Amino acid sequence: MDALIDPTLLTRIAFYFFSALSIVAALFVVVHRNPIVSAVALVMTFLGVAGLYLTLGATFLTAVQILVYAGAIMVLFLFVIMLLNLEKDPFEEPHVPRLLGAGLAIALLFGLVAVLGGTVAVGTSIRSGSAEEIGKIFFGEYIFPFEMASLLLLVAMIGVIVVARRSDGKEAL
Amino acid sequence: MIPVADYYVVASVLFAIGAAGFLTRKNLLVMFMSVELMLNAANLVLLAASSTHDLGRGSAMALVSVAVAAAEVGVGLAIIIALFRLRASVDAEEMTNLHG
Amino acid sequence: MSPDIAYFAATLAKIVAIFLLSVHVVPIMVILERRISAWVQFRIGPNRVGPLGLFQPLADLVKFLGKEDFVPAQANKVLFWAAPALTCLPPFLVMTLIPFAPPFEVMGRELPAVIVDSSIGIILALALSSLTVYGIAIGGWSSNSKYSLLGGLRSSAQMISYELALGLSVLAVICVSGTLNLSDMITRQTAFFGFDDATGNWAGWNIFSQPVAFLVFLVASYAETNRLPFDLPEAESELVGGYHTEYSATKFSLFFMGEYIGMLGMACLIVILFLGGWHLPGVAALDLSPNVFALVGLLVFMAKVGFFLLLFIQVRWTLPRFRYDQLMQVGWKVLLPIALANILVTGFVVAWS
Repeated sequence: MDALIDPTLLTRIAFYFFSALSIVAALFVVVHRNPIVSAVALVMTFLGVAGLYLTLGATFLTAVQILVYAGAIMVLFLFVIMLLNLEKDPFEEPHVPRLLGAGLAIALLFGLVAVLGGTVAVGTSIRSGSAEEIGKIFFGEYIFPFEMASLLLLVAMIGVIVVARRSDGKEAL
Repeated sequence: MIPVADYYVVASVLFAIGAAGFLTRKNLLVMFMSVELMLNAANLVLLAASSTHDLGRGSAMALVSVAVAAAEVGVGLAIIIALFRLRASVDAEEMTNLHG
Repeated sequence: MSPDIAYFAATLAKIVAIFLLSVHVVPIMVILERRISAWVQFRIGPNRVGPLGLFQPLADLVKFLGKEDFVPAQANKVLFWAAPALTCLPPFLVMTLIPFAPPFEVMGRELPAVIVDSSIGIILALALSSLTVYGIAIGGWSSNSKYSLLGGLRSSAQMISYELALGLSVLAVICVSGTLNLSDMITRQTAFFGFDDATGNWAGWNIFSQPVAFLVFLVASYAETNRLPFDLPEAESELVGGYHTEYSATKFSLFFMGEYIGMLGMACLIVILFLGGWHLPGVAALDLSPNVFALVGLLVFMAKVGFFLLLFIQVRWTLPRFRYDQLMQVGWKVLLPIALANILVTGFVVAWS
């Protein structure tokens, strides 16, 4: 049967949609004075980035991005913000260090775009980003980084409990 | 397919927004979120670059970076909670204990 | 498959069908829940509207839509509006991943009875269902009421705790079936009880090879959907109405719908992971034509899902509510170690055989 819509066009539309979503949401993260709104906007950014992964064909990373970043990390952020019961940040007049920081970031943007923007890709992918391929890589060639990552997570878990626990055995806050 | 350079531009914008947030905000939690934004931009570059060479290996590397980010968020939030307990604030400019 | 007109039309039809199915499960569940709860408590229950009170959900709907849509003065307006939609959306997305029946055959082409037949379906289902927590947490926070906030906090803590047990119990099932695709997972449970003659792998229902994982998943799914005995986020004796205290009218009904469709999704996942999906011993031997087989499969799947939905209701009206510290103890000190030990044993058995 005839193709109704060119598949590459669909990918292109998805790319622009998810790019716009992640960039606009990222701006909200940085600009909004209410930390909860920032956290929700960051979830949107992560979902947008997950969509970009999907347009690249990295299906497993898409699921991991949603599961770990959007599903676990941001819930933790939201939980901590709600636990600390933070108010809106006070409005501040722009001052020198702040303007300097913003200027540096803009300079960084131009530098990055100048360096990376002209890249022309060569070659084609020899392996897909499916769960099976990633599993083969992790349990073959990359077994050491894999084990190190698990060790790191264990150490981090113990560290978190030690740091966040109160020494007098009362509740967290 | 979409040119890899387009992905690089999106990632650059995300990274710059994250950097701007980290440099201009004073709320520790928002600064931390900005760091996550930069990490994501880096991951996006990694995957976009590997998509034309070896997406499987790029995904594996990105997966390790996601695991590291998860560990980092746990420890970072624990430190912020401990600081909040000490200071009742999450303003970076009030953390001046080591000012000498 | 290249995206041609027939493919788009079929996908659109499937989306409409599954959306309508999900939406219509809610009123059926509501009337069942009210009648069964009445029966458990020796009451009569709603029996005024229509024959046997069957039209009660319609009356409820009119009531919900007709009420004043109240927004507290101090609430964060945008988030207060967004929260019900955020709660309602992820369960619908999970439903798109569920294969309801064997592939149908329409005009000489195979038509799978699932909208997205993803190669990583089970991981996506877990990832999407974990997004439900945002709607609840944000709804609790944006109401600017202490009961709502406490309900939202409790719920987010509960959901991230029980997600671990849920995910780990699924890992053991993945070890046994060797696939992440939900349709493949079902086709690898063809036999009721027994091994595949050709490969020697387990080909029966996973409830027999993974009884521990089944129990852990069942308990954790009650906690994930905020149902009794784990409905601490909305414990009415302590928190008034929990995270949706300040909500009314359509927004409240959206929270309600999200909860029930979440239950439907969880029941579907239980059936797919542990009870062989659309398989029923004896049906395959009848040698039916593909379409009839698919139809029978659909009915079998629905019957199994219905059983678990009734179990959800039955448990709610039978068991008392846990205390909050008990809830955390069960999650972290009982379910999690059991699930981990189960993975370890499963891993050894799979590697050894």
